[in-house]
Amino acid sequence: MITKKRVAVVGAGMTKFMRRAQETGKELAYEAARMALDSCGLGIEDIECVTMGSAPDAFDGVHMKGEYLIDGAGAWRKPYMRNYVGGGTGVFAPIHGWQHIASGLFDTCLVVCEEKMSSCRPHPQAAFLTIFDNLTERPLGPNLVWIFALEMHRYMHVHKIPKEKIAVVSVKNKRNAMDHPCAQLAQKITVDDVLNSEILAWPVQRLDISPTSDGAAAIVLASEDVARKITDSPVWIDGVGWNLDTAYWTNRDLYYPQYVENAARMAYEMAGIKNPREEIDFAEPYDPFDYKELHHMEGLMLCKKGEAPNLAWEGVTQRDGKLPICPSGGLLGVGNPIAAAGLMKICELFWQLRREAGKRQVPGDPRTAVAQAWGDLMQVGTVVVMRA
Amino acid sequence: MSVKIKEYAGTPLREEDLKQGKVLLVDYWPKANYIWSAGTAIGRYLAELKNGRIVGRQCNKCGRIVVPPRMFCESCFRPNDRWVILKDTGVINTFSLSHITADATRIKEPLIPAVIQIDGTTDAGILHLVGETDPEDVRFGMKVQALWKPPKERTGSITDIKYFRPIGR
Repeated sequence: MITKKRVAVVGAGMTKFMRRAQETGKELAYEAARMALDSCGLGIEDIECVTMGSAPDAFDGVHMKGEYLIDGAGAWRKPYMRNYVGGGTGVFAPIHGWQHIASGLFDTCLVVCEEKMSSCRPHPQAAFLTIFDNLTERPLGPNLVWIFALEMHRYMHVHKIPKEKIAVVSVKNKRNAMDHPCAQLAQKITVDDVLNSEILAWPVQRLDISPTSDGAAAIVLASEDVARKITDSPVWIDGVGWNLDTAYWTNRDLYYPQYVENAARMAYEMAGIKNPREEIDFAEPYDPFDYKELHHMEGLMLCKKGEAPNLAWEGVTQRDGKLPICPSGGLLGVGNPIAAAGLMKICELFWQLRREAGKRQVPGDPRTAVAQAWGDLMQVGTVVVMRA
Repeated sequence: MSVKIKEYAGTPLREEDLKQGKVLLVDYWPKANYIWSAGTAIGRYLAELKNGRIVGRQCNKCGRIVVPPRMFCESCFRPNDRWVILKDTGVINTFSLSHITADATRIKEPLIPAVIQIDGTTDAGILHLVGETDPEDVRFGMKVQALWKPPKERTGSITDIKYFRPIGR
């Protein structure tokens, strides 16, 4: 792929993630955007364009949410566009921002992701039900958890994975989140706690699932020349990829996310990565459910198909393991304000690669990392490779 | 979060804070109503369900036989070629034992949603429910058959099949 300009992340910010924030979506977006700008010493006048990621309008009951959020996103009278690929949005938003700069059109771009799920009553899950096919599936009375249960069960069946090798992911991420000051569900729990938690739709249990959340995150992107003037330690976006599978989700074999592999191949090729298992130092795959972290490690080709549960079980994916996975605490621990949760993973790569992650810092000399998100009707993979 | 940042925004609220009126609120109940045309492919699919038959579509170029049917092949991106009358039997590709209903009401006796690969198709299958079995006995690869509503009760809906039940055990 020919790009006109290399793109760097030069600043990042986020709000606390929580079940219900007093602040409006605009206020959350403002706080994250302001923090990202302050972190690199830029003013809004230095920003040439803005891209906003936010998931379904139904959460807010506000149509055209991108337009509604514009003022909080710092996009007043600027080139501005919202992007949306369901749960994949938070890692697509930086790709969207990357496109603005790599194309040569702009030198700076503010990327903001916001989600306020708590407004939807009694529970935001209700807003998800309309993703099922209106003609052939909704009359059956599906619950959103069903599709995850069906996918997780298929994955467990094909690779003969015992539940405890999946539960360790939830234990790890909630514990990692104890070192994240913005975390909503930082907890010390055990594998038994997960296995004994309420069965919602077997094999999905209460502690397999990330919470619903309010929150925002933001990053500042700059072209190479401009980035080097702003900071001595830019973090480069060296590869981006995205890919969608069919909406006829029951016609796929759910045991493997081929679309994530396709997106990863695109990003790795751009970044010149030939052997991701050797070249990626740590990763933030999307973990709205514990099994999804493992599913996505395989889609990202960080291990063989079916091998991720063993790596998790053996401790390889712990923060001090050979391949740290979700050192932030992920969606399971930090929280899951959909689009903001994905961009939180990009923020984590930025802070880790700049050695600013404090207690969460992965040991050694991490130089290359990958973040990924997933969503729509279990059909989109969005992937970003970053280098110090 | 970076070690360089000491303070972060966000004010948590509890459910009780809302109930006790600690914050001002605006309440809104949307009232939306929709009528969906079933279209060409699903229109025929639903009409055939009313007849007690499951139909799919075949693409002659790639050979795939798919259900739910569509009038185009998304792989070859050309019109697909013919209707295929399928059996009302299949195998369980994946399943769940769900203790929650559509609105998350808890239920003791689980619903058994499943992806059922209909015999004669080439790709995985359709979403439906499994019934007339002990949840403990449901297995991957289990053979199942549609239990149809009586013809007079059918309306041309996926629910004209009440559920799929195990056969040949």
